[in-house]
Amino acid sequence: MATLSCEICPLGDTGILVRMPGSDPGERRRARALAAALESDPPRGTIEVVAAFASVAVYYNPELRNYDELRAELAGRINGLSAMRPPAGRIVEIPVCYGGECGPDLAEVAARAGLSAEEAAWRHAAAEYTVGAIGFSPGFPYLEGLPEELAAPRRAMPRTRVPAGSVGIAGRQTCIYPFATPGGWRLIGRTPLILFDPDRMPPSLLRPGDRVRFVAIDEARFRSWKRVGP
Amino acid sequence: MSLRVLRPGLLTTVQDGGRPGFRRYGVSVGGAADVRSLRLANLLVGNPPLAPALEMTLVGAELEVERDLYIAACGAEMAATVNGEPLPAGRTAYVRQGAVIAFRSAAQGCRTYLAVRGGIDVPRKLGGAGTDLAAGFGGFAGRALGPGDRIAIGEPASPPPAWMRRLADEAAAAQAPFAAASWFPEPFEPWRGRMPGVVRLLPGPEFAKFRRESVDALLGERFRVDPRSSRMGCRLVGPTLQLAAPLEMLSEPVSPGAVQVPPQGDPIVLMADSQTIGGYPRIAHVISADLPLVAQLKPGDEVLFELVDLAAARRILLEESRYLRRLAAAVALRE
Repeated sequence: MATLSCEICPLGDTGILVRMPGSDPGERRRARALAAALESDPPRGTIEVVAAFASVAVYYNPELRNYDELRAELAGRINGLSAMRPPAGRIVEIPVCYGGECGPDLAEVAARAGLSAEEAAWRHAAAEYTVGAIGFSPGFPYLEGLPEELAAPRRAMPRTRVPAGSVGIAGRQTCIYPFATPGGWRLIGRTPLILFDPDRMPPSLLRPGDRVRFVAIDEARFRSWKRVGP
Repeated sequence: MSLRVLRPGLLTTVQDGGRPGFRRYGVSVGGAADVRSLRLANLLVGNPPLAPALEMTLVGAELEVERDLYIAACGAEMAATVNGEPLPAGRTAYVRQGAVIAFRSAAQGCRTYLAVRGGIDVPRKLGGAGTDLAAGFGGFAGRALGPGDRIAIGEPASPPPAWMRRLADEAAAAQAPFAAASWFPEPFEPWRGRMPGVVRLLPGPEFAKFRRESVDALLGERFRVDPRSSRMGCRLVGPTLQLAAPLEMLSEPVSPGAVQVPPQGDPIVLMADSQTIGGYPRIAHVISADLPLVAQLKPGDEVLFELVDLAAARRILLEESRYLRRLAAAVALRE
């Protein structure tokens, strides 16, 4: 029975968490496949389905459905999963101005890897990333696929203000800050794209499973980029 | 425009029942931290139960009424006055143009909801009227209210019932700035006959990963609310809670009510504006029916926890739902 391989447990009295047994890319794809299946054919009583890395939450209305029934239905859906691939993620190109004022930590990340800043930027842009999760703030993507040599720990002292659009590195992940917020990731560049707009549908530019390619642009192009939205 | 902010209070925001359905984009459901008091206040002015209201925190606002309004304030008692005269809490009142409503400090409890008949009128974002402070959108321009802000009130769907119109007549006849209803559905008693200060929990996804002594401490010792609490989370100080062994966790979806334990061991109860995913272990989860109680805890308050099972949590939620529907019916039937 597939449920033996997935952990299913309550998230309070209005949620159910399905956790894949591992966290490798295959398990993350399975989580996204499950989320996609549940979104396209939601169990009765479902309010929302949220996928993050290798887990999926189903938020439900306990007046319409009780946990045991919903758990049993989810277990049944998981059984049918092995044959399922998640829908192919879109490829999204993200223009980035690397280094300088846009990426104050690029030189340090490069030095740590024994590379020049240009080489580090080139390698960051050459990789293809997958969105593992959206969270931390609206529209904030956690991107997997960072070249190993560029990995860097979080800053010991977070910055009190990271400019909107900043591209960061923390550990083996890269991310993009949709808003100016405090942040501890190492900032290597900045995108002029709007990652989150509450007046746009969908409001987030990215979703789990999307594939992201960064495209280097120069500072002049960054400054003159036509910004649509707030 | 119908209400002008003279003093905004400590943190006053427009909140409704929240905007479910956008957690996959990283958008918290948000909305009123004590949704029960929001429902009661709206009920008293004949609004839909989750209509947008003003959520005031610890120290309330001072507002000038720019046109005649029906209002009700439910939640923490803030010694409210209208032109200096005491305004009864938890009751419908008709307030006349030019009056000044002043809310002071909450003696007990933390949050008060001021509902106005017609609802607070702000542009809806992502299906909700509440304020997302972190992302700066929704509610009143995505921020807390400030001095000079002018708030619009919507048009009610129907004319007021006779008992409300009588309040208006009373105020006019007495040439008074307001008239309050003499009845109320219930006094503010969040614990409602239960042991005050005890919040009910379900085990969290990582419950079994904590040391036995930590589980015992969670369920047997008092915790005190830390001043660094907010709409994102209620931080607690007490015995520190520890995992039995180090745990590598990927971030997973989280929801309000989750009791997260960061590495230093002081638990945080996630609240309405908490992030949608998190990587800290969750030892427990406050039952939905008790979230309004947590929303009324203020810095310095003490809380104890009690473990219940899922069947009990669901039963309690359904009872709460029935109770609110009975109240709504009772108010609707008044003539």
